[in-house]
Amino acid sequence: MRKFADLHLCPPINDLERVKEIVGKSFGLGYSLVGIPLSTGIADKAIHQLQVICHNAKMDLVKRIDLTPRTPHDLLRDLRRFRRRFEVISVLCASKAVARQAAKDRRVDILSFSATNLRRRFFDHAEAELASNALSCLEIDMAPLLTLTGFPRAHLISRLRQEVAIAKKFNVPVILSSGATDEYLLRNPHDYAALAILFNFTLPRSLRALSEDPLAVVERNRGKLSPDYLAPGLRIVKRGGQSE
Amino acid sequence: MTRRMKRRYLFLHVVGDQSISEGALMDTLWKAIFQLFGEYGASQARLTLIEYNSQERWAIVRCLNEALQMVRASITSITKINDKPAAIHVSRVSGTLKGLRRKAQVQD
Repeated sequence: MRKFADLHLCPPINDLERVKEIVGKSFGLGYSLVGIPLSTGIADKAIHQLQVICHNAKMDLVKRIDLTPRTPHDLLRDLRRFRRRFEVISVLCASKAVARQAAKDRRVDILSFSATNLRRRFFDHAEAELASNALSCLEIDMAPLLTLTGFPRAHLISRLRQEVAIAKKFNVPVILSSGATDEYLLRNPHDYAALAILFNFTLPRSLRALSEDPLAVVERNRGKLSPDYLAPGLRIVKRGGQSE
Repeated sequence: MTRRMKRRYLFLHVVGDQSISEGALMDTLWKAIFQLFGEYGASQARLTLIEYNSQERWAIVRCLNEALQMVRASITSITKINDKPAAIHVSRVSGTLKGLRRKAQVQD
């Protein structure tokens, strides 16, 4: 059976009861893995509490961080600080310089862009080519498609259609995430797949963007963060005993 | 000779705090289709309410198979009913009403 992942679930992490509700609802809708964006200064105890909540709801928690650097220099500094601590790193690209730096850096997993300010969506051919070489993914949050209406939604759908076509041309994986802040914005994976027809996703491609593609990112990063990882394609499979 | 149009039955779960009438539910569904796909899209859907249980908050609707993804996308886009936060989840889809009832474990 197919496993579905929602890499961008945004419950209020200070309110653990709400987190419990939303994570439980997410499980009920058919997801088995959720990525919750954590703040940079979050304590290990708070992460442990979230892991317990997810474990009780039979969900797998992915530690994710959303970076919003103002300059490429800030991005490089943040990557050095946080790469080893979080399983998934997403960069909200607020400028073209940041977008280009994020796309070419292999430590960045997910590129995301503003849903409301379309002038700040920098996913063009050059960006896609860099992202393709660095194995980054483009993330599309579905929540703005539900909350926006009228012209803003029409413009967003039009823009997403262009970006999806560019991503396909350069083989950049696209990840569909909920971006939900409450349970009213959560939908089951097949509903999201149906909504993705708005930007020319076929049903099999939508389902891949909700399951295989996000799971591949998580699996790759968990492998890299494991103590057995040495280099790309090289890992320790067995440790010998101590020799005298 | 005209081709028989295949239909699909959808089992919907309505989530919301307020009580929702049958009329309000259908108004919301049609409005969502109009908003996303316009009058042309709505004309292709042939959406019909088969059954609605306001106590248990589920409904069964029927549409044409060719318009299934369109109807499903429209239902997904609903975030408000009667201007209050709500959501509608498509729990099951089937080609026959009997099959849908069996899958959704609904008693006749």
